[in-house]
Amino acid sequence: MVDYHIRLDGVTKTFGALRVVDNLRLDIVRGEFLSLLGPSGSGKTTILMMLAGFQDATEGTIYVDGHMINDIPSHRRNMGVVFQSYALFPHMTVAQNVAFPLKMRGVGRAEIDARVNRALDMVQLAALSERRPAQLSGGQQQRVALARALVFEPGVVLMDEPLGALDKQLREQMQLDIRELHGRLGLTIVFVTHDQSEALTMSDRIAVFNKGLIEQIDTPRMIYDHPATRFVAEFIGETNLMEGEIAGREGGEALIRLDSGGMLRVRDRAEFDAGRRVLATVRPEKVELSEAPAAINSIPVAVTDSIYQGDHLRVQLQGPGQRLVARRDRRAAEWTPGAKINATFAPEDCWVIVP
Amino acid sequence: MAGKLISAVFGVLAVCFLLLPLVVILPLAFTSSQFLIYPIPSFSLRWFEELFTTPVWRDSIVNSLIIGAGTTILATVLGVLAALGLREKLNFISAPLNTVFLLPMVVPAVVLGVGMQILYAKLGLSSSYAGIIIAHTVIAIPLVIVSVANSLQGMDTRLELAAASLGAGPAATLRHVTLPLAFPGIMTGAVLAFAVSLDEVVLNIFLAGPGQRTLARQMFATLRDSISPAIAAAAFLFIAGTVLLTLLVLLARRRFSGAR
Ligand SMILES: Nc1ncnc2c1ncn2[C@@H]1O[C@H](COP(=O)(O)OP(=O)(O)OP(=O)(O)O)[C@@H](O)[C@H]1O
Ligand SMILES: [Mg+2]
Repeated sequence: MVDYHIRLDGVTKTFGALRVVDNLRLDIVRGEFLSLLGPSGSGKTTILMMLAGFQDATEGTIYVDGHMINDIPSHRRNMGVVFQSYALFPHMTVAQNVAFPLKMRGVGRAEIDARVNRALDMVQLAALSERRPAQLSGGQQQRVALARALVFEPGVVLMDEPLGALDKQLREQMQLDIRELHGRLGLTIVFVTHDQSEALTMSDRIAVFNKGLIEQIDTPRMIYDHPATRFVAEFIGETNLMEGEIAGREGGEALIRLDSGGMLRVRDRAEFDAGRRVLATVRPEKVELSEAPAAINSIPVAVTDSIYQGDHLRVQLQGPGQRLVARRDRRAAEWTPGAKINATFAPEDCWVIVP
Repeated sequence: MAGKLISAVFGVLAVCFLLLPLVVILPLAFTSSQFLIYPIPSFSLRWFEELFTTPVWRDSIVNSLIIGAGTTILATVLGVLAALGLREKLNFISAPLNTVFLLPMVVPAVVLGVGMQILYAKLGLSSSYAGIIIAHTVIAIPLVIVSVANSLQGMDTRLELAAASLGAGPAATLRHVTLPLAFPGIMTGAVLAFAVSLDEVVLNIFLAGPGQRTLARQMFATLRDSISPAIAAAAFLFIAGTVLLTLLVLLARRRFSGAR
């Protein structure tokens, strides 16, 4: 039996006529790292605000450990929150900031000191405990915010784009640190981001949001390899989309007649009947390029550009009636613009969705 | 270049214009003469002695301090509460309420004085410390509200959300987060309230009895019948007190911003 830590049941949030979150059903498993991923304005922060108790749900119920918490005020929810802006108290030292939640819980002085020290050790900031937030770098402030949200051992930690203000290198380091802490402390983490690579790196599961609705919720691997909708396919990474319809089945594979002409053999999804309009999706790194046409799934294309991108080569292609993009090893043959070649891919690398 | 020169000259002139009256009056506080005139025959502290020994002067100083302290406390407490309350977006009442609180800044003191005199007669507050303190509080509150609201506005509201998420209830959040962060504004408001009370003459004329005569009121009265250098000494006390308070605020702000 799955142990649900948090359950959102039909949660809706409206601001006037605007439905920011629409009848959301979401179960968060105990100890999982769940990312809420979506474009700006898709309602991610609003969901977190409702979980933290900073905003009321217009409709619906939120359960934690099976108990409804809609009417419990924030300060009794026992959830750690990490804000994008860190929200450290500027008039307190690092140690006082981290001690704050313990002080609010009436923990004794000696125990506070011990736990603050442990928390600061955990984020490697023990040496800076007497500094004020303004005397710290962005990354250090981020660590203080993290220590403060964890020191009172909440079961749930909510993070709203906590790494958004950091530069790339520090962000990637913090991603690994947070992931490691998550594993070590067995926390349930709800992590809001609009950075898809961050979500792929850190999460056990990703919920992809669009306009207040979940488009798909699944593991990073499933989200990337088997996107449920066109929105997910295009939002997570880059993809090639080819429109057509199911023409039939053969040997465990489906045949798709492309609108641009040509036939594709793809991994079968039994739920799609013959005649159904579909989109075939192929990730750029799965597209092979060759001068000679392949036996199956071969699309004649002309190279329009070939761009060196450090770790790979990005080749832009013009096929019949549509553009394609391929991502090749940088040591592969360089194709000069104008070259007439063939793009091809294996049936199992092509995932079919409805348009 | 020319523009800079002009603005420098203008600046110096403006400062002279503001400071000249002080420069003229202050040395006279230390005169040994009977009269408020230059040149000063010799240096003496006799007028300060007069100030602190003559009952009318001494009482008026004590009254100013009592009324000033009462006003500062009352106006600061109410002003802070009002500023906190006005921050809540109570949609339709917030804006008009804000205007009502700030009204005493623009209503002429004479008008207020007449109104209060009639009201106080009915309430039995005429010629009482409480009456004067309340009257001064009315004109001091807007200053407290404005300076506290100013520092609340500059505060990140997520700090209060953060405090709540860390287990602080509304009272604890107010005590440990909101008020400490608004402290510079509260301090400024309190000093302004004290200064306004010290300086107030018009309301005192309408509302105070002989028992509540303040230093400012006493100076005003003295000016009319005998122009004695005691006025200059009183003025000196005023200036010294104000400068001291300003330094206090600067120091408090300095300490606070050092804390950031
Ligand atoms: N207090 C509010 N009043 C009115 N509208 C609001 C309020 N808060 C949020 N919204 C609207 O709700 C929508 C969702 O906002 P939300 O902050 O949840 O988005 P988000 O997914 O977190 O976006 P981002 O990635 O930009 O942070 C937006 O269109 C926003 O304008
Ligand atoms: Mg957001």
